[in-house]
This record gives sequence, structure tokens and C-alpha cells, in this order.
Amino acid sequence: MMFAFEIPLLILLLVTAAGAILVEDLMSAILLLGCYSFFLSVVWAWMGAVDVAFVEAVVGAGLATVLFLLTLFGTQPKDVRLRRPPPPMAALFGLPLLGVLLLYAAKDLPAFGDPASPASVRISPSYLEQSYQDTRTPNVVTSVLMDYRSLDTMVETVVIFTAGIACAFILRRKTL
Amino acid sequence: MIQPHDSIIVQSLGRFLIPVIQIFGLYVLFFGQYGPGGGFVGGVILGTSMLLAILIFGHEASRSQLAKKVLHGDGVGMLIYAGVGGLCLIGGGEFLNYANLEIPGLEISARRSLGIVLTQTGVAVDVAVTAISIVFSLSAQEIIEDSLNG
Repeated sequence: MMFAFEIPLLILLLVTAAGAILVEDLMSAILLLGCYSFFLSVVWAWMGAVDVAFVEAVVGAGLATVLFLLTLFGTQPKDVRLRRPPPPMAALFGLPLLGVLLLYAAKDLPAFGDPASPASVRISPSYLEQSYQDTRTPNVVTSVLMDYRSLDTMVETVVIFTAGIACAFILRRKTL
Repeated sequence: MIQPHDSIIVQSLGRFLIPVIQIFGLYVLFFGQYGPGGGFVGGVILGTSMLLAILIFGHEASRSQLAKKVLHGDGVGMLIYAGVGGLCLIGGGEFLNYANLEIPGLEISARRSLGIVLTQTGVAVDVAVTAISIVFSLSAQEIIEDSLNG
């Protein structure tokens, strides 16, 4: 049952990713990238990371697509078709070798959902057990992000703030 | 500069959809403690609903209320977040340790829950305003003119 669901999803993911890279028309590449984000969010929801899936669906498939489209319309390039030079030989041989090495190394990673993996034995159980008593927040992801790891989230917000300010400074010539 | 969309279908659908999207964004923002969601996603949904308004009704419709002040809102989100941290410092604890928020009549876990709500609101304001601000920057008139003139 699971098998019948996951294989077509991963194939769709691969096809949309390859299509977004290989297609010549920029508009098609942007829309394929949106499709890729959507399938990726479905994969994450299927793996149980619902919060990540939500962010990917909203930001990757929604906002990023709009930003790419606005950039395309705003710059109005004379020719929206891409002309790619053929890839160099080093990339043709080096990247598959790197992929094989990474697959070989992935054999040592703990299995998906393994309760004895290093990431889930040290501090995660105490978060899971004490989150509701400490913060009255049933969603542990939120309580970790906004309470236990609050300073990290604040600096992430500073990053978003800086991105907005930098875009305004670079792109705007005069006040609106 | 984004012109208003001509089609009556798009405009009527926009009038119907934008409030629904905004209510859904607020729901995601404040339901983030009980289910998937939270400040970041809620902020993006709220920002996207305002983007939809700009794309459908054009820059002019939303310009006077929003565009001139939109960069300041970026700082307001950060101010809410860091201000909650500063209130915790005033309350005698560590930065962003919500248990030290000085609110009488609330036990520690309720204070931490309140701190999560406040900081999530800060993140949502920051993200929503950043999304609108980037789109305003991208669609400014002078950029398009520059690209047309080479």
C-alpha cells in the first residue's frame, strides 16, 4: 500500500526537478519549480513533518513562484529561452562519482524513524515529555521553535528582515 | 507598476477570496500552538493575500494605505519579538525566557504560552511585510524602464 504511493511521488519529484533544469523556456522552468515544491511538500507530509510540508507548500509553491514570475515580467528579457553550453567533462564524470560516494555513505545513516538514532535519544525525549507541562503548547515543533530555541528563531527573523531591507535598497531608486 | 486586472471575473473572485485567505492566515498563525502552522506560515499567507490584492486591484488601490509605510512594518515585527525578550530581561530573567514576563495572575506555563503567541505575531508581521516589500521593490516602475532602455 505504501509502496504504491511513494514510488510515483518520487518519480514525479525527479521528473519535475529534471524538467525545471532542462527546459528551455524560463516561464515553464518557473512553473515546474512550483510543481517540484508542491510534490516535495507532499513527500514531507507523508514522512510526518507536517510543519515543514506546510512551509514548503506556502513558500516554495506559492510565494517563491510569484516572486520568480514578477522578476521575469519586471526585467522583460528580450529572449526568454536559455542557451546552455554543453557541460564540461569534469562535471559529467565527477558528479556521478560524488553521487555514488554519497549513496555509499548514506548506508551508515540511522534508519528512518529509528528510536535509537543519536538525534532522538539525547534531548528530544525530554522536549516531548515536558513540552505541555512547561509551555501548554501541544504542538512540540512550535514550543521548540519559539520557546526552547527562541533565540535561533529571533536571528532567523533578523535574516528575513535583512533580506527585505537589502531588496529595497538594491532595487528601489526613489521612494514609492 | 502593476495595473489593475480588467476581468470582472478575476475582480469578483478576488473580492471573495482575499478575506477568506486572510482569515485562514490568522487561523494558521494562532492555531500554530495546537497544530501545524505558526508565525512564519501565517505571515506568508497574510502577505500573500495582500499581494493578491495588489495583483488584482493594482498598485494605486493599495498604495496610499500600505506602500509608504510598508518598510516600517518590517521593523515593527522585529520590535515585537525583541521587545518580548527585553520584557523578560526587565522581569529579572534571561533574554527570551518567557517565564519572567511580569504579568500578575498567570502561572509560569501560561506565561510561556503567552510569550509564544506574542513572538509568533512578531514573526508573522515581519514575514508578511517583507513579502510585500520585496514585491513592491521588484515591480517598481523605474526597474522596468531601465530594462526597456537597456
